[in-house]
Amino acid sequence: MRQVCVLGIGQVPVQELWDKSLRELAVTSIVAALEDAGGVPVQALYVGNMLGGELTGQAQLGALVADFAGLAGLEAFRVEAAGASGGVAFRQGYLAVAAGLRDFVLVTGVEKMTERLDPEVTAALAHAHDGDYETFPGATPASLAAMIMQRYIHEYGVDRGDFAVFPLTAHQNAVNNPYAMYRKALTRAFYDRAAMVAAPLNMLDCSPTCDGAASVVLGPAQVARDLNRPVVKVSSSGLATDTIAIHDRADPLWLAAVAQSVAEAYRQAGKGPGDIDFFELYDDFTITAVLALEASGFAARGQAVRFANEAGIGLDGQLPICTMGGLKGRGNPDGATGVYQIVDVVQQLRGAAGANQIDCRVGMAQAIGGSGATAVTHILEVEK
Amino acid sequence: MKPKRDVGIAGYGAYVPRFRITAAEIARVWKPSQAAALKTEKSVPGPDEDTVTISIEAARNAVYRAQVSPPDIKAVWVGTESKPYAVKPTSTIVAEAIGATPEVSAADWEFACKGGTEAMQAAIGLVGSEMVDYAMAIGADTAQGRPGDPLEYNTGAGGAAFIIGPGAESVAVLEGSYSYVSDTPDFFRRQLQEFPEHGHRFTGEPAYFRHVLGATQALMTELDYGPEDFALAVFHQPNVKFPTRAAKSLGFTKEQIAPGLLAGVIGNTYAAATMLGFAAALDHAQPGDRILCVSYGSGAGSDAFSFVVTEVIEEKRARAPRVQEYIDRKKMIDYATYARYTGRFGK
Repeated sequence: MRQVCVLGIGQVPVQELWDKSLRELAVTSIVAALEDAGGVPVQALYVGNMLGGELTGQAQLGALVADFAGLAGLEAFRVEAAGASGGVAFRQGYLAVAAGLRDFVLVTGVEKMTERLDPEVTAALAHAHDGDYETFPGATPASLAAMIMQRYIHEYGVDRGDFAVFPLTAHQNAVNNPYAMYRKALTRAFYDRAAMVAAPLNMLDCSPTCDGAASVVLGPAQVARDLNRPVVKVSSSGLATDTIAIHDRADPLWLAAVAQSVAEAYRQAGKGPGDIDFFELYDDFTITAVLALEASGFAARGQAVRFANEAGIGLDGQLPICTMGGLKGRGNPDGATGVYQIVDVVQQLRGAAGANQIDCRVGMAQAIGGSGATAVTHILEVEK
Repeated sequence: MKPKRDVGIAGYGAYVPRFRITAAEIARVWKPSQAAALKTEKSVPGPDEDTVTISIEAARNAVYRAQVSPPDIKAVWVGTESKPYAVKPTSTIVAEAIGATPEVSAADWEFACKGGTEAMQAAIGLVGSEMVDYAMAIGADTAQGRPGDPLEYNTGAGGAAFIIGPGAESVAVLEGSYSYVSDTPDFFRRQLQEFPEHGHRFTGEPAYFRHVLGATQALMTELDYGPEDFALAVFHQPNVKFPTRAAKSLGFTKEQIAPGLLAGVIGNTYAAATMLGFAAALDHAQPGDRILCVSYGSGAGSDAFSFVVTEVIEEKRARAPRVQEYIDRKKMIDYATYARYTGRFGK
């Protein structure tokens, strides 16, 4: 397996992009990434997307996006793993180059969620959960996450208000990200007053519905070194699954797929939690971020909220998370998010994170599908 | 746009039904957990009221203020999206009721919430071209909200009538107007549908704000005015939040929009909304005040007007009830009564 590097990144500002279609978003991010990579001849395209069929009536996104990007003929297909789609598409790209099958690969995450009204979008997002046993009787993504959060609070006696540090951090960091959807910092008072979505999750505990697309170009290390900028390599990739329904888990407060994917990533990269300088974790709901910290080895069981408040998860904290806004501040265009996370990591490692720049060498990105049924973790490093 | 002849508002009249229901009471039935946070109320038409009766009340008040002889009113045009007949004009009933028939032009206008101001634009043209001396434009609605839909908290009822006439007799003289329109399907109702459909968040930026801001900025550029040149500003008001936000982003202060902002107490009166707000602003204004009036209709578009109040207002204003008097005249009802009055249990 040869070393794989990120040669180029491109992204579209995350918003309610009323005037932009799904294909237009994807192509815009591809053009930016190819330009950033110096125009290498890509040989494959992997498209991460969850809701193309449900909300746009469009499937076969691999062929569609390749076609409209002027790359018809390329190996191309769509990768779907609910919220992890973008991360898994990135893994596909990584594997193709690492295996020596392809030299230059394009990975695109794209999602168009604003074309439909809220009830339809919620119903489509619920496809990430067990259709027969969870959503058919009426559970939604928010209500399932709410039940987990309720249990967490009960088990560990955590104060409800202590969770605020997660969305507050995300929004604070999004202020300086021109591609972020929400660029205003939040106050604790604002968080405490926020309306309930599904108790105890309030509006600010839930990432927004939005549109977006991000792309990365992957290639061999020797090409990256010729590009006259910091060389960012993909050190490892781990992917695992868990039961799809929460009720089938031995422990609903343990994200086993996260733990497994992280263990694989640490092993391949020869690293541990102490080596990770920052973590682009999956904060679709605040509780997911909390459990991801624990399953990824950064905090003991039941301690992640205290860790966040005491050790710190801001840019100057012990473990910066969501350094460019995360899902809550930057936005969560579902299937595209996993690729936006990679873009955020690369910007940090290149030293191109602007006002949000932290001192770093090793970054971790992790995308999660549903209630943790799929988890994909990547560790990236910059060559110094 | 401005006609060659000086025109203005020779008379204006308002009407709001007396019944009120609070948003909290509606929430009590549909979403009790939200009731405590809701502070607004809306007007409800009584069992024998509809867009026709509301239009007639407003029209009469306009005639009293204008002191014009009804046969001299050569056009009676009603803008509404709740006309009782799909085919049979409301306007002819109103024209007959005020004594303007038979030598009169009458027709109903539809452009969602800006049907009334569309009629105003046309009335300005009719009078400005000297084809006639007086033309009446009315905006009136008994707005329909699907039970349980978020819109139900705001759908109100009311009407306002404006008689456009020669500038010399006007309580406010027109400086210019502007219309800004695009094909934007944010909110609509098909032929036999009882309740409209709306695009949730799509009704915001791409719809209301694009057109309201677009029309206002174009009018102000054309007339070379800034927000500070206006004493008062009235924006279309489906709720309190939208016009407040529009005003802020255009540089208007809360004080400038307060007299014309009625959505919190009577709800969204649809085609009457901007015109009732304008009437309330006229009730409040002093001679010399410049007033901006910008409507919005889904589908979508905005009409923007700039008027300057004259000395004539002092004398004419007192001849008919002010908007505030209709607002203050209220009888609270509960949801069951509201459901009965709005025909939920059949007519």
